[in-house]
Amino acid sequence: MSNDPALSPQAELSLPPRFRFPGMGRTFGIIALFALISLSLHGAEISFSSFREGIPYMKEVLFEMLPPDLSRISNIGALLLDTLYMAIAGTCIGVLFALPLAVLAARTTSPHTALYAISRASVSLARTVPDLVWALFFVVTVGIGSFAGVLTIAIDTLGFCGRFFAESIEEIDHSPEEALETLGAGRCAILATYIFPTCTPSFINTVLFSLEKAVRSSVVLGLVGAGGIGVELKVAMDTLQYGQASTIILCIFVVVLVVEQMSTRARTALLTTS
Amino acid sequence: MNAPSSTTIRTPPPLIFSEVRKSYGETEILKGVTLTLNRGERTALLGSNGSGKSTLLRLIPRITAPTGGEIHVLGKELQHLSRKELKLLRAHIGFVFQKHLLVPRLSALTNTVHGALGRTSFGRAWFHSLAPQPIREEALACLEKVGLANHALKQTRHLSGGQSQRVAIARALMQRPELIIADEPVASLDPESGENVMRLLGELSQTDNLSLLFSTHHLEHALNYADRIVGLSSGRIIFDKRSDQTSLEELRSFYE
Ligand SMILES: Nc1ncnc2c1ncn2[C@@H]1O[C@H](COP(=O)(O)OP(=O)(O)O)[C@@H](O)[C@H]1O
Ligand SMILES: [Mg+2]
Repeated sequence: MSNDPALSPQAELSLPPRFRFPGMGRTFGIIALFALISLSLHGAEISFSSFREGIPYMKEVLFEMLPPDLSRISNIGALLLDTLYMAIAGTCIGVLFALPLAVLAARTTSPHTALYAISRASVSLARTVPDLVWALFFVVTVGIGSFAGVLTIAIDTLGFCGRFFAESIEEIDHSPEEALETLGAGRCAILATYIFPTCTPSFINTVLFSLEKAVRSSVVLGLVGAGGIGVELKVAMDTLQYGQASTIILCIFVVVLVVEQMSTRARTALLTTS
Repeated sequence: MNAPSSTTIRTPPPLIFSEVRKSYGETEILKGVTLTLNRGERTALLGSNGSGKSTLLRLIPRITAPTGGEIHVLGKELQHLSRKELKLLRAHIGFVFQKHLLVPRLSALTNTVHGALGRTSFGRAWFHSLAPQPIREEALACLEKVGLANHALKQTRHLSGGQSQRVAIARALMQRPELIIADEPVASLDPESGENVMRLLGELSQTDNLSLLFSTHHLEHALNYADRIVGLSSGRIIFDKRSDQTSLEELRSFYE
C-alpha cells in the first residue's frame, strides 16, 4: 500500500491508530444500551425450565391440530369473507379521509401552521396507538361486531396513509406550482392538476401496502370482539378444538398470501401503465 | 370567454415600469428600472448572469412584489389589485419559464387546457376529459400551432425538452394572452431545438400581434426574433435600441 503513487509521503507518517476513544457521550450510550438489554432479559421472566416443560404440550397441541378439522369449513369461509369485507371497507374509508388530511399535514401544502400541527398530531395518534387498542375502544363505544373492526381499520389506514401520503406530497418538485399559479390556478386547482396526479404512483403503492396490512390485522381483531374470523379462532382454542383452530389458521394463511400476491400484481400492473 | 380584446378602442401599452426597485435583504437588484413596451412589439432583454433579468420578469405577473416604483400591466397598476383582479390579470399574461414546468404525468392536451384555468369556473380546465368541448378544441388548436397536435395524448414526461417547451408555449397561447413573458426559454435546450422554439415564439407573437418580452443570452436570437433590444446592467436599463439599428458587435461590447 505504501507504494501507491497517489499517496503523498506524509500519509505514511501519520498512520491512524487502530482504536480511538469514542468520546464520553458515545461511551455512556454504549454502556446504557448494554444495561438496557440485560435489564430486559432479566425483567421479561425468561425461563428455560418453563420452556422445557412446555415442549411436550406444544407437541401435543400440534399433533391435535393434525389433521385439520374440515367439518365447519363453509362457516369459516363465510367468516373469512366477512373479514375481507371488513378490511376492504375500512381501508376505503381510511384512504378517503387520509387524502385531505395528508394535504393539511404536508408542510408544502398546508394552509396554516396550526392546521399543519393539528393534522400531524392526529395522524401520529392514529398510527402510533396499536390497532388492538383502537379495537377495544370501538368495541366499547359502538358495540361488538364488524363495524368496530371497520372503524379500527379505517383509523389504522388513516394513520398509515396519512403519513406516507403527506411525505410523498412533500417530496415532489414544487416548482410547477408556481407556473400554475401564474396561470391563475387556485389552491384546489393546483391540488387536482398537479399534486395529486404527480403523487398518484406513490399513493397507489401506499394504498396497496395499507390494504395488505389491513387484511393481516383484520384477522386478529375478532380476538377482542371487533368482528371477523378472529373470534372463531379464539373460541376454537379456548374449547380445545385444535383441529378447527388449525383449519382457521391455514385458511387465514392462504387468504393473506393470496391478497399479498394480488396486491403485488396490481402494483406492477398499475405502476407500469400509469 | 369573450372574444379577444381586439374590440377595445384605445389600448394602453402592455407594460410600463417606472423607477422599479427590487431588493433582496440588503442587496438592491433593480435600482430604478424604467421601461415601456409597445403593443405588438417583440422585445429581447439582455444582461449577464445575476443581473436581475428573472427578477424583473417575475415582477410582471407579481410572482414577487417590487420594493419601489410602479408597474402597469395591460393598463392596470399591480399594487392596487385585489387577489381576484390579480388572478384575472395573470390569466392574460403568458409566462414561459426556463424549465417548462409542465405537469409531467398529464397529457400534452391537458397541460395545454391548463392555460384556461384563469378564465374558467371551478374544475372546468383541470383535465381535458372534463373540459367543455370548445376548450378542448381550442387547446388542440394551440397544440397544432406549436406542431404537437399528434402528441396530444402523450404524457409530457415522455416528451423531449424542446417538445416540452413547445407545450409550455401552447399553454401560454391557450391563455389568449396579450403579453407573453419568456425567461430564457431556450437556455436548457440544445441549439437546434432552441432555435426552433425561439422561431416559434417570435413568429407566433407576430402573427397573433402579441407583445413579447423575452430574456436571453443568445445575441443572435435577440437580433433575429426581437424588434427591440434592451440591456439590463447594474440594476438599470442601460441599452435600448431597435434590433435593425444595432449589430452583433455592439451587443457583444455591451457584455464587456
Ligand atoms: N429569492 C431570492 N432571494 C434572494 N436573492 C435572490 C432571489 N432571487 C434572486 N436573487 C438574487 O438576485 C440576483 C439576480 O438574480 P436573477 O434575477 O435570477 O438574475 P438573472 O436572471 O439575470 O441571471 C442574483 O444575485 C440572485 O442571487
Ligand atoms: Mg434568470
